[in-house]
Amino acid sequence: MDENISFSLKVWRQAGPKEKGHFETYQMKDIPGDTSFLEMLDILNEQLVADKKEPVAFDHDCREGICGMCSLYINGHPHGPATGATTCQLYMRRFHEGDVITIEPWRSAAFPVIKDLMVDRNAFDKIQQAGGYVSFNTGGAQDANAIPIPKTAADEAMDSASCIGCGACVAACKNGSAMLFVSAKVSQFALLPQGQAEKARRVKAMVAKMDELGFGNCTNTGACAAECPKNISLSNIARMNRNYLCAKLKD
Amino acid sequence: MEEKKNVVLDSRIPEGPVAEKWTNYKAHQKLVNPANKRKLDVIVVGTGLAGASAASTLAEMGFNVLNFCIQDSPRRAHSIAAQGGINAAKNYQNDGDSVYRLFYDTVKGGDYRAREANVYRLAEVSNNIIDQCVAQGVPFAREYGGLLANRSFGGAQVSRTFYAKGQTGQQLLLGAYSSLNRQIQMGKVKSYNRYEMRDVVIIDGRARGIIAKNLVTGKLERFAAHAVVVATGGYGNVYFLSTNAMSCNCSAAIECYKKGAMMANPAYVQIHPTCIPVHGDKQSKLTLMSESLRNDGRIWVPKKLEDAKKLQSGEIKGSDIPEEDRDYYLERRYPAFGNLVPRDVASRAAKERCDKGFGVNNTGKAVFLDFSEAIGRLGIDVIRQRYGNLFDMYEEITDVNPGKLANTIDGVEYYNPMMIYPAIHYTMGGLWVDYELQTTVKGLFAIGECNFSDHGANRLGASALMQGLADGYFVLPYTIQNYLSDQITVPRFSTDTPEFDAAEKAVNDRIDHLMAIQGTRSVDSIHKELGHIMWEYVGMGRTKEGLLKALDELKRIRKVFETELFIPGEKEGMNIELDKALRLDDFITMGELVAYDALNRNESCGGHFREEYQTPEGEAKRDDENYFYVSCWDYQGDDKEPALVKEPLEYEAIKVQTRNYKE
Repeated sequence: MDENISFSLKVWRQAGPKEKGHFETYQMKDIPGDTSFLEMLDILNEQLVADKKEPVAFDHDCREGICGMCSLYINGHPHGPATGATTCQLYMRRFHEGDVITIEPWRSAAFPVIKDLMVDRNAFDKIQQAGGYVSFNTGGAQDANAIPIPKTAADEAMDSASCIGCGACVAACKNGSAMLFVSAKVSQFALLPQGQAEKARRVKAMVAKMDELGFGNCTNTGACAAECPKNISLSNIARMNRNYLCAKLKD
Repeated sequence: MEEKKNVVLDSRIPEGPVAEKWTNYKAHQKLVNPANKRKLDVIVVGTGLAGASAASTLAEMGFNVLNFCIQDSPRRAHSIAAQGGINAAKNYQNDGDSVYRLFYDTVKGGDYRAREANVYRLAEVSNNIIDQCVAQGVPFAREYGGLLANRSFGGAQVSRTFYAKGQTGQQLLLGAYSSLNRQIQMGKVKSYNRYEMRDVVIIDGRARGIIAKNLVTGKLERFAAHAVVVATGGYGNVYFLSTNAMSCNCSAAIECYKKGAMMANPAYVQIHPTCIPVHGDKQSKLTLMSESLRNDGRIWVPKKLEDAKKLQSGEIKGSDIPEEDRDYYLERRYPAFGNLVPRDVASRAAKERCDKGFGVNNTGKAVFLDFSEAIGRLGIDVIRQRYGNLFDMYEEITDVNPGKLANTIDGVEYYNPMMIYPAIHYTMGGLWVDYELQTTVKGLFAIGECNFSDHGANRLGASALMQGLADGYFVLPYTIQNYLSDQITVPRFSTDTPEFDAAEKAVNDRIDHLMAIQGTRSVDSIHKELGHIMWEYVGMGRTKEGLLKALDELKRIRKVFETELFIPGEKEGMNIELDKALRLDDFITMGELVAYDALNRNESCGGHFREEYQTPEGEAKRDDENYFYVSCWDYQGDDKEPALVKEPLEYEAIKVQTRNYKE
């Protein structure tokens, strides 16, 4: 059975994008170990509302690790200490009695703070809009089994496509680079026959948009892949660089 | 409850045999020419499988689309969490599947309460969906030969489910999102993120726009269009604890209901048998373990009551109980379908065992899902390849690894079983729509889980994704043209009209009222109370007495909400508590509708189980003589009971019979 623990929280509070932010400390008592991290924040917010104070704003939705909405920089790690898990899948049994838990929003120029721990990740949508698709209209498809795709290619494409677009890679990177996110999408299509026709156009457009939106460059540190809750591999970046170079050389 | 016998709902089902209806419809429907499409605007609320696929397809056709999303990005919609797969009648496995068989299984699975013509169309377009998604680059699972792989799901004797690991919903949604992105890039879709619909605006009897709240600025904004499509999902969160995401809500549907769109079959709520059991009272949501686990997992409780007692007190573990003392109750009761019976049947059977005292955890509300036999047969590597991510998810939440050898008794290896219990998962009921997916308000359409149309009283696994994409890619983009074709002369209009003024004022007044209560109760505390009442009296087993009590309790909760609510902060700017309060307001109304409908339906069918109506073996007992209809609820005013309107069901192709999963 999980034990109850008491600890303090240092939470980043910021009223709006242009306001100055600061840390506030809150005491949490007797939190059961089988409480998820976000349920713990729900408890904090209930306490704040009971004291007629404003609750902490944070993004969250599915609470099962797939929607990519939750974020949080916990004790210096995006999505906290667990590996291969999002913040919503983090359970309090990972922490200890008397801990000080520091919670910050994603820190990146491309992800401005909206309020408290909530940031604007619209830049990710814009990169996808620049070319993260196969140009094809509803209704025009051939039979799904018309093109056999080797299982290894399909599996590898699936691994790349598992990215949930949470932004942890950007938050983890000292350069604020979005290469892991962008390369995951580029790779998914590069590995499948359906993505071949627009391969060059896609990688150029997505990389250009990424640069335009103020994301940093990649220096192969690998923090992104280490912190990625879906274990997206660094090899995606290598594949994207190769694709990009080939596309540019043909220009 | 008053019945309006003079109101006749026109379901607009096309003429001809069921297999030819959709073809006939498409051949004779009215279309809009390309030059006119450019002049027409369509609002699509929601970006899940139904919303995103409809928005992108309408834009591809040439319409101008305004697309609204409650989250920060269209990719977050809750369709993303669907794990198991999507059905289609491809018959790639050569196991006897066909459009007719998918149609038949879906109607039977829905306990003969779905509209036949809609279901046939669904089965018909199911194959197009798979073609479409593969063309988009969705990485479905494949066999070594490079062709698509399939697995089995509940309620079917064929393997027709396509999947992408345990993340099929994610991959299908990202496919739809990619098509949507292409249209946003081309300027044909205007995308509004972190916006929530707060009312639908009706002008001269037609839906002409919406009032939406910008969740960041707190401002109410007006949007006009020639037609409005709601794709806002189901109402599972009425129960507070469900597998739905935190922002899933029924406000858009209730707003439409209050403006004249009827709500159909609200009592049909799906309770999914394989969720992680409830622990403690701080829980915010329940986690689903995919139904695909029932392909290889076997569900059991102890045969002996004393073993169950020891499990409940923590003296022994599941792996301590040998094979001969295990009661695989689904295999025992339903030999033909075994662990793959439909969800409603599996859920009720779990409740039955737990009610009898055979529950296996400290609350007595859990059963085992065991992989020992499958691991023994196939090896742990194969099982991990199939369900690895689900095992990891289970371990992260419960601290127990189901792939770990736990005990050996007489040479037989026993692995840690999972513990599971039923939880609210999906709602078959929703806004009433005709064959064209139009509600009882002209120009107002409802697609995906938001409507009631295809699943009858119970939805089969892997059919939600199918329906969402069928509606969005292949049905609505056609049927909406039949409506829009006579709107081509209607010019774009301003939002500066008395109707928009009135709608915005009403929302604003409501916000002012809620902010001014300044009581002592948080939104969540009231929502939890609502959920408790709903689960207790309007959940898996319902009685007349319990439902009457629930309706009384809901009146009390309504009063608490109106007089004791506390919302901190201001209405300007972002106010999360205010947004939750506005949703809770509508959840209470929806809860009442579910209870009224359950009370009216004096029979058991699918997800609706009235304890008074069961066979001696405890199976659901339908009453086709008196309840072979869709119950549609018509709003009469906030303090009045809704009125009932019946849409009689007519079956031509399928003989209505008692559902049987035993033989």
